[in-house]
Amino acid sequence: MPAGFTAADFYYILPEIVLMVGALTVLVVDLIFKKRDDLTLPVTLVTLAATTGLLATFIGVDTTASRGLLAIDGFATFFKFMFLVTAFVTVLMSPSYLKVEGVRSGEYYFLILCATLGMMFMASGVELITLFIGLETMAVSFYILTGFLKPNQRSNEASLKYYLLGAFSTGVLLYGMSLLYAVSGSTNLAEISSSLEGLQSSGLVSLALILVVAGMAFKIAAVPFHMWAPDVYEGAPTPVTAFLSVGSKAAAFAMLLRVFVEGLPALINDWQVMFSWLAVLTMTVGNISAITQSNTKRMLAYSSIAHSGYVLLGIVAGTSRGWTAAMVYLGVYIFMQLGAFAIVTMLRRHDVVGDELKDLSGLYFRSPLAAIAMLVFMLSLGGIPPTAGFMGKFWIFSAVMDQGFVTLAIVGVVNSAISLFYYIRVVVFMWIKEEVSGSEISLGPAMATAIVITLVASILFGIYPQPLFEHAQAAAATLGATASVSVLP
Amino acid sequence: MSEAEIPLLSLILFTPLVGAAVLLFVNKHSEDTIRWIANAFAMLGFLVSVPLWFVYDTQNPGWQLVERHAWIPSIGAEYFLGVDGFSVLLILLATMIGVIAMLSSWTAVTVRVKEYYIFLLMLQTGMIGAFVSLDFLLFFLFWEVMLVPMYFLIGIWGSDNRLYSAIKFFLFTLVGSVVMLLGILAVYFYNESVTGIYTFDITQFHELNMPFDYQWWVFLAFFLGFAVKVPMFPFHTWLPDAHTDAPTAGSVILAAVLLKMGTYGFIRFSLPILPEATQYFVPMIVLLSIIGIIYGALVAMAQRDWKRLVAYSSVSHMGMVMLGLFALTPVGITGSIVQQLNHGITTGALFLIVGIVYERRHTREISEYGGLSKVMPVYATIFLIMTMSSIGLPTLNGFIGEVLILQGVFVVNKLWAGVAAVGIVLGAAYMLRLYQQTMFGDVTNPKNEKLPDLSLREFCTFVPLLILAVWIGLYPKPFLDRLETSVDHVMVRVNSEYTPRLASVNGQTGDGENEPETSSFSPVRGGAR
Repeated sequence: MPAGFTAADFYYILPEIVLMVGALTVLVVDLIFKKRDDLTLPVTLVTLAATTGLLATFIGVDTTASRGLLAIDGFATFFKFMFLVTAFVTVLMSPSYLKVEGVRSGEYYFLILCATLGMMFMASGVELITLFIGLETMAVSFYILTGFLKPNQRSNEASLKYYLLGAFSTGVLLYGMSLLYAVSGSTNLAEISSSLEGLQSSGLVSLALILVVAGMAFKIAAVPFHMWAPDVYEGAPTPVTAFLSVGSKAAAFAMLLRVFVEGLPALINDWQVMFSWLAVLTMTVGNISAITQSNTKRMLAYSSIAHSGYVLLGIVAGTSRGWTAAMVYLGVYIFMQLGAFAIVTMLRRHDVVGDELKDLSGLYFRSPLAAIAMLVFMLSLGGIPPTAGFMGKFWIFSAVMDQGFVTLAIVGVVNSAISLFYYIRVVVFMWIKEEVSGSEISLGPAMATAIVITLVASILFGIYPQPLFEHAQAAAATLGATASVSVLP
Repeated sequence: MSEAEIPLLSLILFTPLVGAAVLLFVNKHSEDTIRWIANAFAMLGFLVSVPLWFVYDTQNPGWQLVERHAWIPSIGAEYFLGVDGFSVLLILLATMIGVIAMLSSWTAVTVRVKEYYIFLLMLQTGMIGAFVSLDFLLFFLFWEVMLVPMYFLIGIWGSDNRLYSAIKFFLFTLVGSVVMLLGILAVYFYNESVTGIYTFDITQFHELNMPFDYQWWVFLAFFLGFAVKVPMFPFHTWLPDAHTDAPTAGSVILAAVLLKMGTYGFIRFSLPILPEATQYFVPMIVLLSIIGIIYGALVAMAQRDWKRLVAYSSVSHMGMVMLGLFALTPVGITGSIVQQLNHGITTGALFLIVGIVYERRHTREISEYGGLSKVMPVYATIFLIMTMSSIGLPTLNGFIGEVLILQGVFVVNKLWAGVAAVGIVLGAAYMLRLYQQTMFGDVTNPKNEKLPDLSLREFCTFVPLLILAVWIGLYPKPFLDRLETSVDHVMVRVNSEYTPRLASVNGQTGDGENEPETSSFSPVRGGAR
């Protein structure tokens, strides 16, 4: 009902509007200046910066907009910042890669911005349809981005696989959502929550829960719904892989937290059990599979699966500390994972694909800065202090221990020790093995900025994580809190 | 707690790190400049730590030179430093060994010199950090920080099997420490449930009285972390590999300081935080220690590799340290700490000694050597002194430690003391045989005929160790004095009937005698029982 919308509603989605206008501008600029391919990058960066700046004015705001469809709370803002930073770094690492691949950049940036837009709605939505639209906006952008290297067979295959499996999982998720609607009579999370409260558990509710969990598990690449991830990650253009493994994952977790914490708290005992099994499987299978990989992108894909498992542990904890843990973890994960992919992207040169582990050989002798950065990213992914990854793991394990889930915590820490085995292998290649042939590695200014941003964050949040913790704690406190007051007047 | 006026501990802690940062900006080809800068910073690190010896007040049972600042208020972690007598001695050992390790690498390391010294300096900060932290999370941070530089030191500058040894060292230690992290979290949450405050304050944890079943499994979690590091049988298998393949400086630091992290952990955390579980686990740990003593010695006897022999002797000696510690008597614990220092001095020296011939001959096979005392008399003399120190000859440091340990153990259980004594005899056997095979007799291998004796630089690396060996052997009192309050602090926790020697340790029995000058001793300790 458009008539129901007020100026305030538009005000609260101003960042999203700016982002959308920016995305369209990129397309238009690309269309007008057909002969130049260097204008879309600044437009994209300015758009993202402007959106971030606008978003900053919403820090501390805690309300709902658009007749209860969107929550503008700390939780949403925290995640939106993460998406924008992710998009920003992804864009920075793209130009040199696109040039080598000979791809025109206009539509590429447009799609990145569209995906970001979808993610932002996934963090804000407190209503199933809104969340679903956000999810699809993001997913469709990613289907195209994955297949963006048209002459590249692996890219095409990855895109098709991702599309088919993605569509199937979306169907499963949608079916689950429709059953939730059938049970509760509403698509609003708060209303679903209150109507499920007194309800006897029935087969229908269980089925709805299982379908929603399965659909979500696909999006976060949790085992056994992870099969798509390694192939898609390997085939997609490397910056897209980075964006996919960080942005799309964080967005899916935002949606997952929203749906389960605000919509289905009544079923917590059921989904806790499901997620704890998913977490154990995801961590273990992810880490063990990663050990045997010889392709860096594939290895990072499996490692990213394992990281979903750690974040799931935070959700299993089922407490505000758990949500904080998941958010802190994602907050540090975006930097270390993006950084690692930035290095892989950097290795792509006209004569080298650069995604095999052996392509990293002797990197230290060619580019010490890149090797130091990659060392920090690997240690951070492995959770070794004083890197940011340790602080993430600290939160996850403390959330689980707080609830007395000692076995889960032990599985978690043993997994994080196993993971070091393959992260250290990367370090061995870079620091100890001899150099390999191949043209010089050149760090463009954009790529250098991307690496420096991720490097600084990966160290800074390891030594002084207080700001991140504060914001995550404040954001987690708003999760679930708005739901109770956001019912339509 | 006495607050520090100048942040002495921070100075000691960060001097090596500043050195590492400075080295980053030096051209990697000017190798001598790098060596000079690194050595200068190591020396500076030692010099700033020397005041600790004098500033430390042996009459004050509280934590001293305390520095306390907010770090991560969200989770209650603080930048909280402080020392007691035990950590003072270990810090001094660490800074001194740092100087020696740098100096010993001057000609031994010729490739990738810059990174080598950067890693050594980073390692130095990690070690000191673990000894000065009174915040458990901060401690854990430094504890883990040590892993990476050590990994590289073994992995890049090591010998033959270096990659295998490096990853083995890394993963063993890592598995131990992540499980320990869970133990830390368990204490953290228990403390919160009792006091309502989230904190990693170790002095607060020392006051906790956790229920036994809780202590039981926290002890096991800590045990895994510390036992790997000590290393105790059966977690010792990484040690011979790591030692053998590490470069000389790496071995020296590993033996002299890194292994002490494990025993430090037991004394600082396991015993005072988990006193009942400690008593419960005494039989298990004593058994493992005794196996370690005997097994380490027997395996050392069978070695043909000089460095491996010293490595296994480490396993045996650290077993002795653990045995003395878990006698849970004041004399035993004091002896255990003294023996930790001794092990640092003696085994550190023994690894230097292997390193010197390895640098000349590039082999560690004992059979390759023989009659070296004729070619390298100074070298042979130093080796002799260190051998005697290792087997516990009176007038040298090893004797003091072993006597104290045996005395402490004897009053608890005569059988344990008897087995430990057998270990000492075995120690004499393998060390003397090693000495005889390498130093005495005729020079049978022509390659050994022209070996140069110690250079001045090499001699200098031994001087401080020799001085300490004789000092502790003849006049250990200054060391024992510094340990008194630390040992009492632990004893009061593990034995409720124990009356501390210094009246002020336990606020109730204070009769004015020995009242410290500064009245600001910790109220925390008064409550400890």
